[in-house]
Amino acid sequence: MPGFDFSNYNRNAALHARGVPLPKATSTGTTIVGCIFDGGVVIAADTRATSGPIVADKNCEKLHFISPNIWCAGAGTAADTEFTTALISSQLELHSLSTGRKPRVVTCMTLLKQHLFRYQGHIGAYLVVAGVDPTGTHLFTVHAHGSTDKLPYVTMGSGSLAAMSVFETQWKPQLTKEEAMKLCSQAIEAGIWNDLGSGSNVDLAVITADKTTLHRGFVKPNERTQKLKSYVFRRGTTAVLNEKVIKKEEIGNYVSVEELAEEQLPGGDKMELDT
Amino acid sequence: MAAMFSQNPLMNGPNYSFNDAPRTAAPEGARQHRFDPYTDNGGSTLAIAGADFAIMAGDTRLTSGYSINSRYHPKLFKIGGTTADQKDATIVLSVVGFAADGEALKERLDAICKMYRYRHGKPMSVKACAQRLSTILYQKRFFPYYVYAILGGLDEEGKGAVYSYDPVGSYEREQCRAGGAAASLIMPFLDNQVNFKNQYEPGSGVGHALQERERKPLTRSEGEILVKDAFDGAVERHIEVGDGLQMMVITKDGIEEVLLPLKKD
Repeated sequence: MPGFDFSNYNRNAALHARGVPLPKATSTGTTIVGCIFDGGVVIAADTRATSGPIVADKNCEKLHFISPNIWCAGAGTAADTEFTTALISSQLELHSLSTGRKPRVVTCMTLLKQHLFRYQGHIGAYLVVAGVDPTGTHLFTVHAHGSTDKLPYVTMGSGSLAAMSVFETQWKPQLTKEEAMKLCSQAIEAGIWNDLGSGSNVDLAVITADKTTLHRGFVKPNERTQKLKSYVFRRGTTAVLNEKVIKKEEIGNYVSVEELAEEQLPGGDKMELDT
Repeated sequence: MAAMFSQNPLMNGPNYSFNDAPRTAAPEGARQHRFDPYTDNGGSTLAIAGADFAIMAGDTRLTSGYSINSRYHPKLFKIGGTTADQKDATIVLSVVGFAADGEALKERLDAICKMYRYRHGKPMSVKACAQRLSTILYQKRFFPYYVYAILGGLDEEGKGAVYSYDPVGSYEREQCRAGGAAASLIMPFLDNQVNFKNQYEPGSGVGHALQERERKPLTRSEGEILVKDAFDGAVERHIEVGDGLQMMVITKDGIEEVLLPLKKD
């Protein structure tokens, strides 16, 4: 059966009846915005992911690829925004392959709202959909329950009020690309500083008829402050009760080993290390 | 009520066990009226006692929910001076939790210290002040001050003294203590760096014969560095901590106050 696996539903309902709280999905406090300009559209997002009051990821990506000319900013439940955008991206690619036309933003928005409405808000995805297609430049918001808006400038997430206050004081019709980028970045910064659910950096994507440019880390106003002292321990500081040495050549006896070339190594941010 | 004492930042409530699962609800038609007098205003505090000094510290952010109500709301208060500006005070109280209760508690303790000075003609010792604070908290056992308090000063021998409290008055003198939202992030760091917990002398023995790293009292500058690094770390990973770091160092020459910037996102 395609789709969701409900096999734990009855078990969880029975546990809930006995007073066990139901598991809660990670909802990310977020600021995401979008703004149309003459010749294209800009979307932007902060990069903080939280679980409760704890920062889970200081530099996560909230701008999702739908198709080369359509991108999506996501707020709400992290897994839902991730999977919903991936699913619709896939459907849209198949649709464009079978019709032989470029994907349209309205099509994307319609697929998203129909999918989300079917799940009555249980899929907690709050999205800003933006893109340029043969019919023009488009900017939409899609709420988890399936309602949509079409506006020249939009904000969503826990920092939406902070961000909207910037749009409502600074926005004007007929912005240039640079003006729109600056405005969106300022709106996200309003969220970063004034909303506890948002923080770290500004990611920004500019979509025009001929190309899309993703600016990962467009503004980085929150670099980590330098530690005043080194916390490197002397070798042998941690107690070892017993040890068993397995040489690198013997490791194949315990697990299956596959050597990876440099370019095959998985990507990702470098870990912060003490010096 | 149990949730109030929970220090688990991820669950933000008591850990669940079947034994305390709520039994079936009230009879049909019964309606419960709620009274929610408390707010959690976030933030974190920290105190370290040294040989002849005590460092008290706290961030200056005041939050409710996802909002910042103030970027400069002090959690540290000088207690028991003779004047309103507290310039001759020798004791510092830090409070974190519900800010309004913290303020009320500070006012009460300060008034009591001033009365003590008036009646006895001498300032209150930290030991006496610590015991009195415990009594004040326990008097409100069934409608507590929702605060985690830490009291700092110098004892009768001139050594640094830090007393930490739970909201209903259980207290203990300690070498160091972290309180508030990021207490669970900062306290393990302090255990390791102040009391050298889980640190052993390399090559001093095998297995259980391994010697623990010898404890030596922190110097004042070492203490101040640990405080700053502890808060910088907490700011990175806890959304309710940030904006400013207020630090008070109590020595025989009085109380020195420092204000340092923290990240504001």
